[in-house]
Amino acid sequence: MNQTEPLRPSPQAPAPQPLVFYGETVASRLLLGTALYPSPHIMSEAVRASGAGIVTVSLRREQARGRTGQRFLDLIRALSVRLLPNTAGCRTAREAVTTAEMARELLDTDWIKLEVIANDDTLQPDVFGLAEAAEELVRRGFKVFPYMTEDLSVADRLIAAGCRVLMPWGSPIGTGRGLANPQAIKTLRAYYPDVPIVVDAGIGAPSHAAQALEMGCDAVLLNTAVARAQDPVRMAAAFAAAIDAGRSAYEAGLIQPSDRAQPSTPVAGTPFFDLGPHGPGSKPL
Amino acid sequence: MADTQSSATERLREITVNGRTIRSSATTLADLVAEHGFGDGRVATAVNGDFVAERARAAARLRDGDNVEILSVRQGG
Repeated sequence: MNQTEPLRPSPQAPAPQPLVFYGETVASRLLLGTALYPSPHIMSEAVRASGAGIVTVSLRREQARGRTGQRFLDLIRALSVRLLPNTAGCRTAREAVTTAEMARELLDTDWIKLEVIANDDTLQPDVFGLAEAAEELVRRGFKVFPYMTEDLSVADRLIAAGCRVLMPWGSPIGTGRGLANPQAIKTLRAYYPDVPIVVDAGIGAPSHAAQALEMGCDAVLLNTAVARAQDPVRMAAAFAAAIDAGRSAYEAGLIQPSDRAQPSTPVAGTPFFDLGPHGPGSKPL
Repeated sequence: MADTQSSATERLREITVNGRTIRSSATTLADLVAEHGFGDGRVATAVNGDFVAERARAAARLRDGDNVEILSVRQGG
């Protein structure tokens, strides 16, 4: 090799690529929720420690003469992060569309994390309502981040509706069970190589997040795993490290698993090879 | 208003605000928002499930039985 030629990864390994959501380059592959922390101060410190550039927020009823929303907004704006409002708790496409409109006015953003929830126990997305709401929101100029199941057919509908980010769940919200169906996530990755995939919900441990990134997912969105940790700030840093490791591993090109063992030490030149373990020359120790 | 001759109590409307039914003299959504002390705070509003932009609140007349949501930003996942 010529000494001036830069080192290049092998041809199979994907080249490092920035993460881009709707034309905007995003520095961190961790999106963090702002709920469930022991205190507002710990929430702020956890966001800083995570390095997240995007955090999720919700809309809730304000008390008469209340300033709760304004105080929270002041706190979060001090973090200089991009806000991704959600439609958490919405049960119908109509509720979600109205909530998205309210969020757009309040936060001056056309980004919306679209949630249409089908079931109280599983908090699983209502994929029919989701597709309906996504179509309408795209028509109204929103940039939709759909919280979805991992089905390819749902992804197809959302892409057809105009979504340019996919956010499949890992497992149900708050369960911390990790990727329940990694094969389906791989399928999404294979079918939509150019659409950012963010695993949203169910991530419990940094290893789960690393797994998602190693598989080629572009980012993860999590909340409970950090907020409910004994030390949320330290856990936020742990997730950041795992996500960096997972992404680097993906870009470095993982080996393919094999059913058969393959020696890593060279076989050529192995001593005593000709004697064999049970051969005529073998003797007990 | 056609009913300016009526007594004050007759002009109160029964309106549900954030899930609580109240009697209000507000005739428009802008009045109602001000009545609830949100004049200078940032809130977003919906009436009967439809978004009403801030600039449209003054023209949004309230009727008996209207269901109003007044929301602000909160923690979320």
